[in-house]
Amino acid sequence: MKIGIPIFLTVVVLLTIAMVFTSGWERPPLATEQTGYRGTGMAQIRNPRVVEAVRAMNTMPKPVTAVPSEGTSAASTYKNVQVLGDLDAGEFNRLMIAITDWVSPEQGCAYCHDPDDYASDDPYTHKVARNMLAMTRHINTEWKQHVGDTGVTCYTCHRGRPVPADIWFTDTSHGKAYSGRKAGQNAPAATVGSTSLPGEPFTAFLSQPSDGSNRANEIRVQSSSPLPDGNPHHIMRTEWTYGLMMHVSQSLGVNCTYCHNSRSFFEWDGSTPMRTAAWNGIRMVRDLNGNFLTPLTEVFPQLRLGPSGDAPKLNCATCHQGVNKPLLGVSMLKDYPALGIRRQTSRPPYTPR
Amino acid sequence: MAEYQNIFTRVQVHAPAYAGVSPKASSWERAGQPFFAYWLGKIGDAQVGPIYLGFLGFVSIICGLVAIEIIGLNMWASVNWDPVQFVRQLPWLALEPPAPKYGLKFPPLNEGGWWLMAGFFLTASILLWWLRMYRRARALGMGTHVAWAFASAIWLYLVLGFIRPLVMGSWSEAVPFGIFPHLDWTAAFSIRYGNLFYNPFHMLSIAFLYGSALLFAMHGATILAVSRLGGDREIEQVTDRGTASERAALFWRWTMGFNATMESVHRWAWWFAVLCPLTGGIGILLTGTVVDNWFLWAVKHGVAPAYPAFYPPVADPAPLSGMSP
Repeated sequence: MKIGIPIFLTVVVLLTIAMVFTSGWERPPLATEQTGYRGTGMAQIRNPRVVEAVRAMNTMPKPVTAVPSEGTSAASTYKNVQVLGDLDAGEFNRLMIAITDWVSPEQGCAYCHDPDDYASDDPYTHKVARNMLAMTRHINTEWKQHVGDTGVTCYTCHRGRPVPADIWFTDTSHGKAYSGRKAGQNAPAATVGSTSLPGEPFTAFLSQPSDGSNRANEIRVQSSSPLPDGNPHHIMRTEWTYGLMMHVSQSLGVNCTYCHNSRSFFEWDGSTPMRTAAWNGIRMVRDLNGNFLTPLTEVFPQLRLGPSGDAPKLNCATCHQGVNKPLLGVSMLKDYPALGIRRQTSRPPYTPR
Repeated sequence: MAEYQNIFTRVQVHAPAYAGVSPKASSWERAGQPFFAYWLGKIGDAQVGPIYLGFLGFVSIICGLVAIEIIGLNMWASVNWDPVQFVRQLPWLALEPPAPKYGLKFPPLNEGGWWLMAGFFLTASILLWWLRMYRRARALGMGTHVAWAFASAIWLYLVLGFIRPLVMGSWSEAVPFGIFPHLDWTAAFSIRYGNLFYNPFHMLSIAFLYGSALLFAMHGATILAVSRLGGDREIEQVTDRGTASERAALFWRWTMGFNATMESVHRWAWWFAVLCPLTGGIGILLTGTVVDNWFLWAVKHGVAPAYPAFYPPVADPAPLSGMSP
């Protein structure tokens, strides 16, 4: 007994130390920048070492050298050019070279094209790429509230990978027979900052386009009146909203107070202008997932689909990758103006199998 | 000075093990052969045991074990019975209350039924343990202050997990069983109801919480500081003040003009400790039932200050865009 208690205490202390020092702490010093009125806690806390690492990860390929005009359109020079047909053939080829560099630098042209017939729609990647080009133009023209004039290119998400690093599928793992229901949460989920919050809030909030009639994906949970006034939202739903917001915070490498005044998360008066940009960003992601990614479900082969057979979809991290402005706010679009032209068709131009 | 460092017990006086006074009238005997533990003697009395379990204690422990089994096995099931993942993910795992659609009805086992059962057994265990503390105090001829202080904590527990969900008409309002999940729940609770820091009862509760720590530090430090003069024999000093008690009182009278007495400092401590969960429970009970957004409530009543505008005006874009908020 005399020896038992010290051994027990030692084990407890060692386990506690192990727990404390394996939980992803960041060592000081951290840089704090005041971003609001004094005393309101409006500040951004950044780890200079993380900032440096993120900076190193956000280098961009050099723009492909400008080419002289060939005087003929891509549509009249090549067959089956549905999105970029109005481009000059020279510019069209320049863009193709850039896209290869952005999306499939190792796989080359053959990642999307049939080497024997570049016009063929047989490779599924060809149809996906066409849809993604239409999506890029859609973002750059219809979602200026979010992307501004900086715009996006394929590289914003792809970064030299055929499949962007941050994509998501609907989580189907929380159905259990009679015990151990996780309710979509209570696991260290990297998507929500390793909290125990719902780890896949995307299907609920980001998969369907926003319109006035669809209230199912409503993010707001707080009441706009001091006293109970029929607000149906409950604490469980709040946890889902909270999870989504953790995802936004983590994807952008910012604190809550980048957008919100945390003394009252719901109030717009007192929020920073970034909140408007984020609000539009959420609507943009919903639009892209609902109108561009989900319609590709039938185009993708089985190996690209999620566990419930759904298409890969995007969220804030897909573009932002830990930075409040993707690629540190440097515009690649200005070198490729073809990606910023309003698309002609109202529907994505993919061809179903 | 260095000779009298008394933040741990330096001298342990051992006497033959003492079983304590005879219990007045109880059906159970005290159990266990007393023994002495040197390391426990460092922080308390070195004698361990005997313990009085009794019927209430026995049933309480059984109920508590049942609750922990239900919670633990559900957690283990949620990681597909993987023992390694159970240990690694333990802080994240939880047993969740039923979804809102079930209201106060009995849901299927895996949809919150287990949670209801665990809550029932845990509550039974805690209430039986309370009764046991009350009865043991009575059996020793003591007052029941400890039991009533414990009751204050039970009040907060019951408000969170039982009374408030009952008033709100839904078990889903209750707290999940889990380490991180109950903390995330707490944050979500505050967010949903517009920032709990603006709840005046939450403010009171925090004041009593920090006040308890402050009083504990003041009292502990004072008594340790005069223990070289026998100040640790508090009960004697209550009736027969010696130089230790005089100095302790004078110290505070000199430094802040007012001093508690050897007895009243314990009333201070008791009330601060009791009022912490008592006021906290009132604050929780009012949340969602009487007040739905504490920040707006605080604005309405002039509690939350207004700050000068710092950013360009930002307005809710939802009404302009026609898109869902």
